[in-house]
Amino acid sequence: MIIGLLALLPLIGLSSYVMHILILVIMWSVIGMAWNLLSGYCGQVSFGHAAFFGTGAYTAGMLYSKFGISGWWGLPASIIVVTGFALVIGYICLRLRGPFFALATLSMGVILRITAENLVDFTGGDLGIMIRERTWVEKIWYYYIILAIACGTYLAVKVIIGSKLGYYFVAIREDQDAAESLGINTTFYKTIALCISAVLTGFAGAFYTNYMGYIDPKVVFALHDISIVAIMVVMVGGVATFWGPAVGAVIMVVLAEYIRSLPGLGTAHQTLFGVLLIVIIIFLPNGIVGDFPKLKRLFNMKGAAS
Amino acid sequence: MSAIQLQVLLQTIIQGFLLGGLYALLGIGMTLIMGVMKIINLAHGELMMVAMYIAFVLFSAFHIDPYLSVLVAAPALFLLGAAIQKFLIDPVLKVDSILPENQVILTVGIGMVLANVATMIFKSDYRQTPVDYATTAWYLTDLWKTSPIELSLSLPWTVSFVFAVLITAGLWFFLTKTDMGKSIRATSQDRDAALLMGVNVDRMRMITFGLGSALVGAAGCLFIPIYYIYPDIGGQFTLIAFVITILGGLGSTVGAIIGGLILGLFESLTATYLGMGWAPVGRFVIFVGALIFLPGGVASLLKAKKFK
Amino acid sequence: MSFLELKHIYRFFGGLAAIKDVSFEVRQGEILGLIGPNGAGKTTLFNVVNGFYHPTRGEVLFKDQRISGLKPHQICKLGIARTFQVVRPLQRMSVLDNVVASAFLRARDKTEAAQFARDELQFTGLYDERDQISKGLPLGKRKRLEIARALATRPELLLLDESFAGLNPTELDESIGIIRKIKERGITIMIIEHHMKVIMAISDRIVVLNYGEKIAEGTPLEIRNNPLVVEAYLGDTQRA
Repeated sequence: MIIGLLALLPLIGLSSYVMHILILVIMWSVIGMAWNLLSGYCGQVSFGHAAFFGTGAYTAGMLYSKFGISGWWGLPASIIVVTGFALVIGYICLRLRGPFFALATLSMGVILRITAENLVDFTGGDLGIMIRERTWVEKIWYYYIILAIACGTYLAVKVIIGSKLGYYFVAIREDQDAAESLGINTTFYKTIALCISAVLTGFAGAFYTNYMGYIDPKVVFALHDISIVAIMVVMVGGVATFWGPAVGAVIMVVLAEYIRSLPGLGTAHQTLFGVLLIVIIIFLPNGIVGDFPKLKRLFNMKGAAS
Repeated sequence: MSAIQLQVLLQTIIQGFLLGGLYALLGIGMTLIMGVMKIINLAHGELMMVAMYIAFVLFSAFHIDPYLSVLVAAPALFLLGAAIQKFLIDPVLKVDSILPENQVILTVGIGMVLANVATMIFKSDYRQTPVDYATTAWYLTDLWKTSPIELSLSLPWTVSFVFAVLITAGLWFFLTKTDMGKSIRATSQDRDAALLMGVNVDRMRMITFGLGSALVGAAGCLFIPIYYIYPDIGGQFTLIAFVITILGGLGSTVGAIIGGLILGLFESLTATYLGMGWAPVGRFVIFVGALIFLPGGVASLLKAKKFK
Repeated sequence: MSFLELKHIYRFFGGLAAIKDVSFEVRQGEILGLIGPNGAGKTTLFNVVNGFYHPTRGEVLFKDQRISGLKPHQICKLGIARTFQVVRPLQRMSVLDNVVASAFLRARDKTEAAQFARDELQFTGLYDERDQISKGLPLGKRKRLEIARALATRPELLLLDESFAGLNPTELDESIGIIRKIKERGITIMIIEHHMKVIMAISDRIVVLNYGEKIAEGTPLEIRNNPLVVEAYLGDTQRA
């Protein structure tokens, strides 16, 4: 039902700016849902999802810059490329637990950024890649594409979580050793979770390249603006919930835009994000959707007092 | 090996040693926190940044030598650290949530706030504390007139190194000889046992975080005469601290010292023979390598030796 | 064909020997008790059988097949399941889902897994609590959930690690009953336990460890009268 509303939304004639915001929100929902699958449901908290976003973005970009074909082919192509990277990253990082996995994935993201910056002949280095021919001028087609990706992602997550994979992921999250003792090949299933999560994030990256028309390493492999925002989107919205990432995406994107528009407060958005993160972690660790009962009680109490 | 090559090598090694001493101080703060509190502090570098700015302000406004600033910055950082532990970290540890990594994410948030506030106050420019003795150095040829090679020992580097050693020694004394130090070590080895023996674990945690922060604050003051500062510098120092901690072994002060020296030497050698740009990648590679191949760090190697 | 055989198992940690030259057999269909003072190496031995540790020396054979060196999930697939001393339920899942998760090992699909799960919950008397979140269960029920989860993997050998610790007398009797029913199903059991009364009552044979070495092996009666065992437990014999 919500999908139907969203599908009809652009037809009421929204400004280009609003469309842009919507597109960003939906794109971040995809990234959030992808991160949620690996980190929220399977418990492997990744601090380096920019690695996959950037890889997908560069797949699309380099198909254009090196082979002269449309960046849109990056979407299907990224499946293979991102999976390859995910397998390598997984092989290195998944043997580590908890915070060490987090640190290792963080390192991966940074290593890829530095690599992209330094392999100038290959990736264009700091200059990035620019796609000169815009596929469409109106935003509406981009909107439908990312909406389709988001719907696909949502359905994929729903189906996976309801299946044997879902049970195994959560079992691994709750207690990896116990899961292993119960016959679950934890390495194998963690790798599956990582690959699916990576590919979905890569889609968002490939889409980004085609939508924005320009990418460079500092943007698509960014630690604070991609990896950490991905974490925040899901933490604010609700870890291990179906709608959490979408809620979180709305809040984060809107908040970022709002802060950016306030005079004098422009550069402060990181501080406010940091504060928001701290507040959420302490008071609503399961996010808005996850801790909804708690949130309701908080508001009820306020209402009762006044 | 020609005289010049020998000179370059020796100079590089000396430099690496001096750097390593400072790095060790950076790492000890973190390993103490990790060992006692089992907390991964991704804001470690940002705490150092705060101390560096304190030193910078004291120098620019009052012409106080950065080395003296240690006396101001260290206590200030101690209080900041203790406050962070009591008001932010402790509540998070008590909260029940799905993701066990909440505490790490919390420190990321703290780091972001600190870095961004610093940006707002100081802007992103690189700042320095140009002390008078910045370029003073001792030269080998002053002592040994006919030496075939020339080696130099930069004054600020050496002073920083000496201070780092003194502070480390003082810390070691504190941890092994004083009651409070022993309580901290007890809490680090077995929290429940320490509780049973009457150690006020909560207070220990606060003191430890404060102490770890004070150490990194001191390191910051020792660093600024020979380096420069900008708000986002925290990230690379956090990474350095981590590499040292993992390399040395979690919770091991001796390991941190060795790890610091190793990293210092490695970076110095890399800078001389491969070029400056490779340093960050080198750090990450060591980091991931240590995580995978030597998870117990140097400390585990030392422990194994003891039993053989 | 031997069922489970431990041959000259050594396990070192750094320079410290947690297990030194332990050899014994578990016969099919029996309940073998593994006892010893705290720190004797019992859980470490389980970890070696279960696959969490590789023996530094020696090997473990299950039905004449070498299993030491395999990963825990492979060993589980071969038919050995274990419970943990500190119970580790999948906290935020319901009781039923906890068991469904492990039932997937042998079930063809989700429906069959759910059926296996319900069967095991009935068997361990947890069926009424099936929709409760496992975090809120009292200790006794959580221990039974551990057992139900292990049973859902259709093991031939079940390793129980201190399933009776901390239980009150009623819970104790219930658990003993379940263990006996498990034996009736044809499942072999090796059980670590400190509760002397329980171990003496249910074990067919007992192996005693102390400081990582096997110091005695035999029927409960033989063990009770063994002076070495009594000496090892000096002070601990009050515990039953």
